[in-house]
Amino acid sequence: MSVKKLIVDGKRIDGRGPNDLRPIKIETGVLNEADGSAYVQWGGNKIIVGIFGPRECIPKHEANPYKTIVKCRYIMAPFASKDEHGRSGPNRRSIEISKVIREVFENLVVSELYPMTQINIFIEVLQAEGGTRATAITAAAVALADAGIPMKDMVCGIAVGKIDGEIVLDLGKEEDNFGESDVPMAISHRNKEILLLQMDGLLTKEEFSATIDKALDASERIHELQANAIIKRYEKLEIEGLNLL
Amino acid sequence: MSESAKDIAMHDIKKGILLDLLVKGQRIDDRAFDEYRPISVTKGVIDSAEGSALVKIGKTQILAASKITVATPFSDRPKEGIFNVNCEFLPLASPNFESGPPNEDSIELARVTDRGIRSAEIEGNNQITANFFMEEGKVLALYLDIYVLDHAGNMTDTASLAAISALLNTKIPKYSEGVLIRDEFSGKLELKHYPIATTFVKIGKYFLVDPTKEEMLAADTKLTINTTQNSQIAAIQKTKGALSKDEVLEAVDIAFKKGEEIRKYIR
Repeated sequence: MSVKKLIVDGKRIDGRGPNDLRPIKIETGVLNEADGSAYVQWGGNKIIVGIFGPRECIPKHEANPYKTIVKCRYIMAPFASKDEHGRSGPNRRSIEISKVIREVFENLVVSELYPMTQINIFIEVLQAEGGTRATAITAAAVALADAGIPMKDMVCGIAVGKIDGEIVLDLGKEEDNFGESDVPMAISHRNKEILLLQMDGLLTKEEFSATIDKALDASERIHELQANAIIKRYEKLEIEGLNLL
Repeated sequence: MSESAKDIAMHDIKKGILLDLLVKGQRIDDRAFDEYRPISVTKGVIDSAEGSALVKIGKTQILAASKITVATPFSDRPKEGIFNVNCEFLPLASPNFESGPPNEDSIELARVTDRGIRSAEIEGNNQITANFFMEEGKVLALYLDIYVLDHAGNMTDTASLAAISALLNTKIPKYSEGVLIRDEFSGKLELKHYPIATTFVKIGKYFLVDPTKEEMLAADTKLTINTTQNSQIAAIQKTKGALSKDEVLEAVDIAFKKGEEIRKYIR
């Protein structure tokens, strides 16, 4: 139920058409101390991911003798939103998002190669503008590749939603808040598997099918940006650090 | 943080290696004893914050961001605004950092940074919150978050430089009838003093500024001195071992010199 018109003359509030993504910048190899890292700027989202591992599993009782275990921590900075200063540390929302992102990568990491170990995915949201989990998954996939961790497939995140009765790609913050429906997904590149699927709001079966098609189409574009970031990583000898601008 | 057996062994090993070089007047990365690694300051990197800065000293990267909100003043200081510094050692910044609530090291870093800024007063008032009284029962509160993103040594000076740079980048949202209008601004946060932290480590009898992670591991003593542009010491913190009066005073002289050099990066 929208109060404000989100689509006027075929244009969305930020001027995009229904199939347009926000501008995306992906950089990898941005941190010195982490085993792998990536920075993704996606519209107004700014997210850093650092990877450690495979390394000794702590606490030891969590270790699995047959495979590595993937751990994921998604967290939002208290200054990440335009409104009030938030609380630091995890909350119910961030714990759920950490879990669903972890499950994406449990499907991809070739885990039987590293028994008794853990792989940590640390996700820090420095600035949020709707679609942080899609941005986080896109960044984490690149960071894992940077860490040299074998994966069966590459993955990216993308949210598709319904605003003013129309199915559109990549919801911004206001579209997310005032739109009718929001479907964040993670799509693997080679096998076209849906590794994350959540939904909020109402859709008919036909609309839902169109939603998935839009995500599959967009994932090709995002994958290309991820691949280019990884290629670019090997053009430089040293880590120059972050460029948050 | 309690020292692990590995930390103790590494201290001895690193100290041995570094001392062999220091005797010959050399540091492991070829710097002079009083030389900083390359410094870079980028302001205004977080749009959702009122002010922000990303600072790199060598391979260490720290982000500081400020947020301003309306708050109720403390009952014993009804006319005073609130200034709060918090520091997070993000687990992606080092293989040795763990997730969880702030530990004693990150609390110490936040407090040392806070003291450096807070002790630079204007007529008895904390310089940050001097104009933060709005009306009876309403003041502004400035939260400064220090985010350690990459820890390759000397977090203290990097954090201090990030903090002061973020504050100098801060715009104060317009206050109207008890709430803030976040798209409009009443002005920039004005600072009179620019305190700069200079950190030394002592390895054997040698003093080194801007210690790398390895030098910190090998250090017997660590000393941080905050200086202002008008030749005042703003705050000091010594950790671990012992120092003589002459050593401390010599460090103060170097801190003033270095403070002036580094202050160029924030203007």
